Amino acid sequence: MALVLTEEQQMLRDSARGFLDEKAPVSALRKLRDANDETGFSRDLWKEMAEMGWAGILVGEDHGGTDFGFVGAGVLAEEMGRTLTASPFLSTSILAATALQKLGGDAQRQEHLPKISAGDAVFALAVDETRKHGPQKTAMKAEKHGNGFKLSGDKTFVADGQVADNIIVAARTAGAPGDAEGITLFLIDAAAKGVTAERTVMVDSRGAARLKFDGVEATGDDVLGEVDGGLAALEGVLNAGRAGLAAEMSGSAQAAFAMTMDYLKERKQFGTEIGSFQALQHRAAHLYSEIELMKSVTLKALQDLDEHYGMAGIICSLAKAKAGEVAKLAAQEAVQMHGGIGMTDEFDIGFYMKRIRVAQEMFGDAAFHADRLAMMRGY
Amino acid sequence: MSDLETFRKDARAWLEENCPAEMRDGAGGEDNICWGGRNWKFQSEAQKIWLGRMAEKGWTVPAWPKEYGGGGLSKEEVKILKSEMRDIKARSPLESFGIWMLGPALLKYGTHEQKLHFLPPITRGEIRWCQGYSEPNAGSDLASLQCKCEDKGDHWLVNGQKVWTSYADESDWIFCLVRTDPKATKHNGISFLLIDMAAQGVSTKPIKLISGKSPFCETFFDDVKVPKEHAPGIGAIVGDLNRGWDVAKYLLTHEREMISAGGGGLFGGRGIGEIAASEIGLEDGRLADPMLRGKIAQAEIDGWAFLLTLERMKDEAKAGQGVGANSSLLIYYGSEFNKRRFELLMDSGGSEALEWEGERTQDGKLARSWLRTKANSIEGGTSEVQLNIIAKHILRLPGA
Repeated sequence: MALVLTEEQQMLRDSARGFLDEKAPVSALRKLRDANDETGFSRDLWKEMAEMGWAGILVGEDHGGTDFGFVGAGVLAEEMGRTLTASPFLSTSILAATALQKLGGDAQRQEHLPKISAGDAVFALAVDETRKHGPQKTAMKAEKHGNGFKLSGDKTFVADGQVADNIIVAARTAGAPGDAEGITLFLIDAAAKGVTAERTVMVDSRGAARLKFDGVEATGDDVLGEVDGGLAALEGVLNAGRAGLAAEMSGSAQAAFAMTMDYLKERKQFGTEIGSFQALQHRAAHLYSEIELMKSVTLKALQDLDEHYGMAGIICSLAKAKAGEVAKLAAQEAVQMHGGIGMTDEFDIGFYMKRIRVAQEMFGDAAFHADRLAMMRGY
Repeated sequence: MSDLETFRKDARAWLEENCPAEMRDGAGGEDNICWGGRNWKFQSEAQKIWLGRMAEKGWTVPAWPKEYGGGGLSKEEVKILKSEMRDIKARSPLESFGIWMLGPALLKYGTHEQKLHFLPPITRGEIRWCQGYSEPNAGSDLASLQCKCEDKGDHWLVNGQKVWTSYADESDWIFCLVRTDPKATKHNGISFLLIDMAAQGVSTKPIKLISGKSPFCETFFDDVKVPKEHAPGIGAIVGDLNRGWDVAKYLLTHEREMISAGGGGLFGGRGIGEIAASEIGLEDGRLADPMLRGKIAQAEIDGWAFLLTLERMKDEAKAGQGVGANSSLLIYYGSEFNKRRFELLMDSGGSEALEWEGERTQDGKLARSWLRTKANSIEGGTSEVQLNIIAKHILRLPGA
């Protein structure tokens, strides 16, 4: 498959860009932050996105979705990354939709996918329990209780966990933290007894929470996929999230870079545009090269998810690691090249640096994925 | 069966019958190249037979027109021929600066007579060409070159020096950038001149490099008389007088595109991690040197991302998207990456990689290759020049 966007995907990108520039520029995120908005995104805007088919971009048409595939989802994530649009797109439309599409039984799909497509339900994926990502480290217990399970434990860094209607949570039905076997995914109603969410105000001003599960009861119908065999299934879902985050970071990095290039062309010091200084030109040209590399791996990861979902682990790690490093560099160079103004809250570039910092940490930072890649490559 | 399928079938059958078994070992590397030329000594009878048969077929330069000794093949046919050659691991029958550089320049800027005169001997490996561009005081700033070329009526009189002329000591002819109008602005007084290395006053001196090898020379011109016509109607200058910079620029772009298209070749063979694992060993499934392991993993990520970028840009070009100046990006990143890769291979090899002579290391093969890579970011435009090109032509930064 050619490593380029199809005409249909390009059209999706162009229309998304137009819509987001108008409806969800960085100033919209700033407003949410200044209002200390509990939801973390605009529900009206999310509804509009759903009407355009974005919320159900990965959902089959039989469940009200547009079924555009992962490349399509990545195109939207990238455009939202450009404008730092706050929405439950990652948590709900990429992670939950993938989990339900790939792992859900007929009843689960029937119940939840149409709501996702319609923008009527927000989902959250709860995996991490410690400060660094590691699904295999899952310690949260799901003990046998009658015909079902009782879930107890804490989760952290749960995107949109403070407003989610439903939570997909990884818990241990067998084995010990560190074991690959014994992890099971549950689909839990956020209103269930014993679930509490503590909203965590994060550096990027996006919605996130710490969740507490205190003897939450679940039945066999709430299991997503297979009991005990959930790690591989979870990794599949996480890979989709990693590729989505890579695409988002790619968009953010490109936007920060574009702002920086504009600034180099207009800001004057020593009687001339600072962009004429070779010290800055070479750094800009290097960063440009890195951004091009990031775009290539990100697109490849999304294409591989579409074409051979189960085999995409290594390329998604590659994309997440590369995008994390490049976006971080883009943010750092953006602030540095803007000089003092880059340090001010009034100027937008800081929002990019903050969101990129969060996105590169989520579901494994560059070091996590470099390690994972080395293991898969036999060293 | 479509025409292309028929072509594939015929090409396969022809290669099967005509490619000698010894030429099917897939051997690449500078030591196995057949360069041709008046003084060429074939490394084997098979090498000679292979060149002869391919040249007769026009397949040493399959894309060139038939009347100039090429194969007259379309782009698609060339691709098929190359893939069929790869399938039987056939060596390239002939490589040379005539094929890579002079040929494309003549095909674009030469007269029909010049093409008829100069191209066929290149395709048959009879004449070996070298390139005279750089001078001691004209490296990255190539257009400041000073090699003097005066009009003496029936001939040109050339005085000056070239440097970094690849294999000048083994070449038969040289294509040179010379200054024909010292009064014009620097890009406007340069001409593209063809000189027989056997002419009186031409001398060469190999330059020994840090790798111990001498692929480059200094080339001197002392009162060299170059006839205005090498044969009746065959001009010594390619393109218009004083417009040699156009030819040079075209070739530089062509060279960059060629290097960037072939960039995948940088990564032939085993991965860095795999090599390091076999040399250093594993502990609990991880490379026994954890700090080095991290660096290697980072490098593999970048290397992989680079290969995907080559692929993407090829696909974009095919789809009519993309940016032309991106070849500078590919050269910049590819050459810097290759240097980094060899640093890591040296790290993995440890003290053993430092042995310069002896059978154990094939006379320091890795160490010499490592040193060779240092030229990657200098030859054909330094990394800094490539970054300048990106800044100017892609980012459109002021004053660049």
